[in-house]
Amino acid sequence: MEKVMMKLGGLTCPSCLTKIQKSVESVDGTKDVKVLFNAGKVKFTLDPALTSTDTVQENIEKMGYAVQGVKTKEL
Amino acid sequence: MVKAQQFFIKNRRTVVAVMAALLLLAEVGRFAGHSMVAYQIFMAIAGLIGLIPILLTAISSLEIRLISIDVLVSLAVIGAFIIGEFNEAAIVTWLFMLGEVLEDATLQKTRSAVQQLANMAPQTAQVVNDDGTISEEDVDFLDVGTMVQVKTGAQVPVDGKVRDGKALVNEASITGESRLITKQANDEVFAGTILENGTITVETTATGEDTTFGKIIELVEEAQDSQTKAQRFIDRFAKYYTPLVLLVAIIVGLITWDLRLAITVMVLGCPGALVIGVPASTVAGIGNGARQGILFKGSDVMDRLRHVDTIAFDKTGTLTLGRPAVKELLVLKGDRQTIIDQAVAIEQQSDHPLAQAITALPVEQKLTPADVKTIKGQGLQAVITGQEYRLGNQQLVDKLLTDNTQLKAASERLAKAGNSLVIFASADRSELAIFAIKDRLRPQTAQALQQLKQLGVKRLVMLTGDNLGTAQEIAADLPINEVHAEMLPQDKARFIEQERKQGHQVVFVGDGINDSPALSAADVAIAMGSGTDVAMDVSDLVLVKSDLSNLVIGIALANQTMHTMNENIMIALLTVLLLFIGLFAGYVEMASGMLIHELSILIVILNSMRLIKYSPKVDHHQFLVPANDLE
Repeated sequence: MEKVMMKLGGLTCPSCLTKIQKSVESVDGTKDVKVLFNAGKVKFTLDPALTSTDTVQENIEKMGYAVQGVKTKEL
Repeated sequence: MVKAQQFFIKNRRTVVAVMAALLLLAEVGRFAGHSMVAYQIFMAIAGLIGLIPILLTAISSLEIRLISIDVLVSLAVIGAFIIGEFNEAAIVTWLFMLGEVLEDATLQKTRSAVQQLANMAPQTAQVVNDDGTISEEDVDFLDVGTMVQVKTGAQVPVDGKVRDGKALVNEASITGESRLITKQANDEVFAGTILENGTITVETTATGEDTTFGKIIELVEEAQDSQTKAQRFIDRFAKYYTPLVLLVAIIVGLITWDLRLAITVMVLGCPGALVIGVPASTVAGIGNGARQGILFKGSDVMDRLRHVDTIAFDKTGTLTLGRPAVKELLVLKGDRQTIIDQAVAIEQQSDHPLAQAITALPVEQKLTPADVKTIKGQGLQAVITGQEYRLGNQQLVDKLLTDNTQLKAASERLAKAGNSLVIFASADRSELAIFAIKDRLRPQTAQALQQLKQLGVKRLVMLTGDNLGTAQEIAADLPINEVHAEMLPQDKARFIEQERKQGHQVVFVGDGINDSPALSAADVAIAMGSGTDVAMDVSDLVLVKSDLSNLVIGIALANQTMHTMNENIMIALLTVLLLFIGLFAGYVEMASGMLIHELSILIVILNSMRLIKYSPKVDHHQFLVPANDLE
């Protein structure tokens, strides 16, 4: 398992939070999704066997939000 | 569609400006050119430009089955187009987007305190390679064990141990105390601290989010997004409220067959100020605290702090400095310096705080004790040059000495004066002395406790493992209501549990390490002094600086934040109420309604921004005591 943190462009509306949360959760292999509205970050754990950070990033970008940086850490 | 959405988000300011220009042109067309056609055309173009980004956001919300404010506004604007009110459509969309731009800018401001903190995190490190060359690398890609070099003026990039060199380091970002500390081989250094002078090579023990500084940032970031009960309620409420507004609008439309009225209801019903008012206030409050080293773990901590009626303090290290010193050495038998030399040699085998006070005494000759034994809860026993010595409490020496009235009387007198006692005795009864050891109050303690009472805390309680005499003597000059002495860590926890069962809201303030049971038992756990892992794990509020006046500031800040939050909720609710009264009285229309809405959102954000600069009237100068009194 990997712990992933993605830095997003500024989030301005609380509904962005729900959107990003749902779009990350919709990817198989993600867990414990936490969107930090004020810090503009999303954190989650990812199973590298099922998916990749690229897939999640694509999903977020599809919702119209920019991903500015990705950090991963092996658990 | 995504590209279009991103384009509009990026160029929001330009879009607002273009729309403003079109609105102006329309008015010019109407009044100067007397052309209603030009007016309508310009308004329609402006309305369309404004509608596109809002509609795009609305569609992506609907995709995840979320009826957001954008959905309401989009429907209202489409409705306005249908009934030919192009000017209403244009003004509403323009105000809505202008509002977003302003909200964005002001929200940035409320988040600025934490952002500044996060920006202080080091980004790169000068890595010392195996061949001795140095290369710059991103801190996130460093492994534990990597050697990094830090030079004058640079930030220490990682947590680690100094392996080589010597330097002066300013650790204000971790300890809150801005003074220079000398670091040399084997000393620990922390990421985010500044090297003021010198060069050191550091072996990495933690990087990025695993460093103490990284954990502080993480704690504050997560705290900002934690929710109070009020916010959870509002979020849940908003989830149903927005669809409800839509439903009401449809019903109104069906009953009155007045599309205009129906779309006005949709615009007026937007919950804007309500959803933004609560997080804006807590973010500003938490940010303000973070800047001063008062780390709230969440906004619900602020909520709980407000209802606190009892504060229990650990004594050592919290009310006192936690650095006991020998105040008096009473020699009953034997040579003074020889006794000191022997006592220091024996106590060097122990890490008890009282032992540390004794080892700080100056010695004349270095002795090596043999057969050092720890007698649990009593003290030490050791042999020096064939003679057996005991060093500890009354119980320990009682076995060695038959009733000694002189010793008893002296002990009683010293204990009454608030000293902790360590008795030194030789087995042959030729040497006997008492070390009277005393810890000092922190210079701010008395003042801070006084102010806590003024803030409305009813009971201040001291919980300590020390003996009752010492505890009472320390409490004597303080506005403390109760003293509970000779408590083990689990006794403190039990005390707090009982108080809570009796309906009290209890805060426990400790140093976070040996007080974890009591901290976990309390309604609000406050750990004081440097952000250690343990402290951050079990506590709700971390005071980075070992300064009780920060506790006062923290509680005052929590009160103020909750107060502002409630104000914001009131402003939001009143706005909606007034708008609907105005609507049915016939004074409010779609465009003016939107204007009032956006204004109310700006008011709650500006109201929250006052928290960034808020500082309670705590006079720091009152805490200053003459330097020689400090030590």
